[in-house]
Amino acid sequence: MEHVSTVGHKAPHAHAHAHAEPGFLWKYVFSVDHKVIGIQYTVTSLLFLFFGFSLMMVMRWQLAYPGQPIPLIGQWLGVANAPGGIMLPEFYNQLGAMHGTIMVFLGVVPLAVGGFGNYVMPLQIGAPDMAFPRLNMASYWLYFAGGVVMLASFLAPGGAANSGWTSYTPLSDIATTGQTMWLGGMLCLILSSLLGSVNFITTIVQLRAPGLTWFRLPFFVWAQFITAFLLLLAFPALQAAAFLQAADRLLGTSFFLPSGLVVSGQPLHVAGGGNPLLWQHLFWFLAHPEVYVLILPAMGIVAEILANNTRKPLWGYKLMVGSAVFLGFMSFLVWAHHMFLTGMGTSISAFFQTTTMIISIPSVVILSALFLSLYGGSIRYNTPMLFALAFLPMFGIGGLTGLPLGLASADIPLHDTYYVIGHFHYVVAPGTIFALLGGIYYWYPKATGRMMNETLGKIHFIGSFICINLVFMPMFVQGLAGVNRRLYDGGMQYAHAKDVLYLNEWMSFGAWGLGFFQLFFIVNFFLSLKAGRRAEANPWNATTLDFAATSSPPIAHGNFATVPHVYRDPYEYSVPGASVDFIPQNAERA
Amino acid sequence: MDIPYTIETRPDTGLTNPKLGIWLFLASEVMLFGSLFSAYVLLRSGAESWPVQSTILNIPLATLNTIILISSSVTMVLSWAALKMNDFPGFRKYMGLTFLLALGFLVVKGFEYNSKFEHGLFPSTNNFIGIYFVLTGLHGLHVIGGMIVNGYLWGPGARMWKTEPEKFTNRVEVAGLYWHFVDLVWIFLFPILYLL
Amino acid sequence: MAHTGAQASAHGAHDIKAHVRTYFMIFGALLVLTVVTVAVSYLHLPHTEAVIVALIIATLKASLVAMFFMHLKGERRMIYWALYLTAAFFVLLFALPLWTEGDHIVGTTPNRWSAGMEAPKTPEHSPAPH
Repeated sequence: MEHVSTVGHKAPHAHAHAHAEPGFLWKYVFSVDHKVIGIQYTVTSLLFLFFGFSLMMVMRWQLAYPGQPIPLIGQWLGVANAPGGIMLPEFYNQLGAMHGTIMVFLGVVPLAVGGFGNYVMPLQIGAPDMAFPRLNMASYWLYFAGGVVMLASFLAPGGAANSGWTSYTPLSDIATTGQTMWLGGMLCLILSSLLGSVNFITTIVQLRAPGLTWFRLPFFVWAQFITAFLLLLAFPALQAAAFLQAADRLLGTSFFLPSGLVVSGQPLHVAGGGNPLLWQHLFWFLAHPEVYVLILPAMGIVAEILANNTRKPLWGYKLMVGSAVFLGFMSFLVWAHHMFLTGMGTSISAFFQTTTMIISIPSVVILSALFLSLYGGSIRYNTPMLFALAFLPMFGIGGLTGLPLGLASADIPLHDTYYVIGHFHYVVAPGTIFALLGGIYYWYPKATGRMMNETLGKIHFIGSFICINLVFMPMFVQGLAGVNRRLYDGGMQYAHAKDVLYLNEWMSFGAWGLGFFQLFFIVNFFLSLKAGRRAEANPWNATTLDFAATSSPPIAHGNFATVPHVYRDPYEYSVPGASVDFIPQNAERA
Repeated sequence: MDIPYTIETRPDTGLTNPKLGIWLFLASEVMLFGSLFSAYVLLRSGAESWPVQSTILNIPLATLNTIILISSSVTMVLSWAALKMNDFPGFRKYMGLTFLLALGFLVVKGFEYNSKFEHGLFPSTNNFIGIYFVLTGLHGLHVIGGMIVNGYLWGPGARMWKTEPEKFTNRVEVAGLYWHFVDLVWIFLFPILYLL
Repeated sequence: MAHTGAQASAHGAHDIKAHVRTYFMIFGALLVLTVVTVAVSYLHLPHTEAVIVALIIATLKASLVAMFFMHLKGERRMIYWALYLTAAFFVLLFALPLWTEGDHIVGTTPNRWSAGMEAPKTPEHSPAPH
């Protein structure tokens, strides 16, 4: 994937000292080049995404056919997890907790921020690399270590953590599983993230190319900037909580254990006096901004792809930026809407309900601006554009279904039901993940110098779109009927669920179908490396600086032949009077 | 490959990368210790009973530690000032003092912890002792981290003074910012845990 | 980029000497404030007053360290904005959980399990001033 620049080094610092070409280990494994690190994050996170997805595919067997032996792999899951191939409830809970943890913390965020942020952002701001390249490398390897710890937890006595990705206390305090390893893994991941945020913010503030003022930044960069602040200031709360829970589990403290707790008929011999809700406050103080970490980079990617494939500027760029900033700020004020049913009084519930309703406004503004950006566009329906277009209504459904959850009274029947699962999956799966997939198709030529295959891409898209709706739309129906989440048999034992249980089988086939269609993506990804049509530096005729860099920019030699100077706004497409339908940001004259 | 604004300031922001970077990191540390303080307040306000803190903890020893840490902050900033005045031996002296004072802090802490254990007071005894150990323990880990950085800058890292003195001075300044923050946390920890 | 150690001009070195004097003065102030805060604790003020006084003194000490040792006085806008933002979220992290825990539905409290224990008749009130 390495491509030596043919234009020669004119960047001022490039030959300040003659350096030998770094060896394989320092160039590709312990690289400090943001592009290599971005690719490392991308590949690792895609692997975790597929693993987390596979956990869910196994879960969906149990939900469709409760109590039936799992075909093919059932025999290998071990007697502790699935005797006779029939999944035990404890194992179902492990799969559930780890599916959530892996998808959010090892899959989506590392891909959106670590992968796309690392690779694309420095290119889009015309920088030679990140502000702190060695710190960047440390961030990746901390993430990798955290991932190894999380995976290893499946082998812990008692299996992996099974107290939900939310690890609510007091259950997680006393769980006899790999919960402590979950905490250790999270501490690695959090540190990785914090160091990464410091890097991202410093890079965007300090290393913008000359002429690249704040309001000439591509929306993608704004999205990464705000996301980095969210991670920087929200993650420490979960770090603190993880320390406290680790103390409960390892040192016998009772931070989250109330007095008089009885476990399996025996009173627990601890000092007591703790507060289980303390965990929830600290956890959700992070986890609510975390969901905006999940969506903002995706919105950034969609914005880039839409502007490029409509051949016109984004509608309301400044409005979008302002909304994203406001969204980031508000995200710290809404967290207890996850706690409406914990005995909160009416005035505090009213407060959080109000802030939650307010925060829906900037989301709607951004989505509307993206929709309006299509109007009058000359639309090209390539694979990245298909994913970006699908994002719009899918995120719309996800967002709208969040509204009843944000209203304290409407949340009462919906909390902890499949309605919630449907809501957040719509936002993250056909929302964020579609945007990320579109982003891979879009930036693959830049990273590899080759185009991905369009036919395979379109099959991937259509199959995924149909199947993903098949998986998640029925969840709203089940949730409204009152089917609880995290039930290992899909609600079979509840009379109120019986009329909607048949949907479980449909959803499982949707999930397995969705898995099948990812094969088209995987094959495409690898095949195109060798056999894809060769791509020049700017195959999409884009305006942003990332496409001013050479195709597959060289590793450890700076990204641009000369330091770019920016003269224009980020989306000068179809400028009246110009000879071509796009003017790159660093072009002085049209 | 050289990254711009590592040593020279960027004109429009007036900052170097490391200066901005360390302040951002400190912002996250404010949120970390803030979360633990918030946990302390929640636990204490919701508790049925809470021990009288000053009867359990050793105020004179902690006062000594407060003075030690404040002194180390002064010596730290003086070590940076020495470099700005081109006084390398002065830097060595003050940075060495900072390291020793930090060591002294840990020794006193060690006595404190040991005395708690001898009296049968462990983190599991009650939530006050628990949060005391977690807060001071995490703070102690940050002290150790600072000592490692400062020790490096005093020792092998000081070689950079000969080749890139400005970059080295900036590194000492950045390490100083971290160290002052460690002092800052203790300035709040001390009254909250020992005096109230 | 080889600079000699004499990059600090004579004017700069003079500035630093003035700063050094300031550092020692602040050191003195910090020692005094430490003595004060310990002395006040021996007065055994009522709890709320004790908390307020202790926090005021601590904030004063912290400000001195931040303004002078950390050179925050006269620092760049970008740093100030990052810190204002952090301060805002810090306050929220304190205030909102406390408000939430203080505003429980009557008869519920998270620190005591219900089995065999009496819940207090009135909702818990946090000691922090509203």
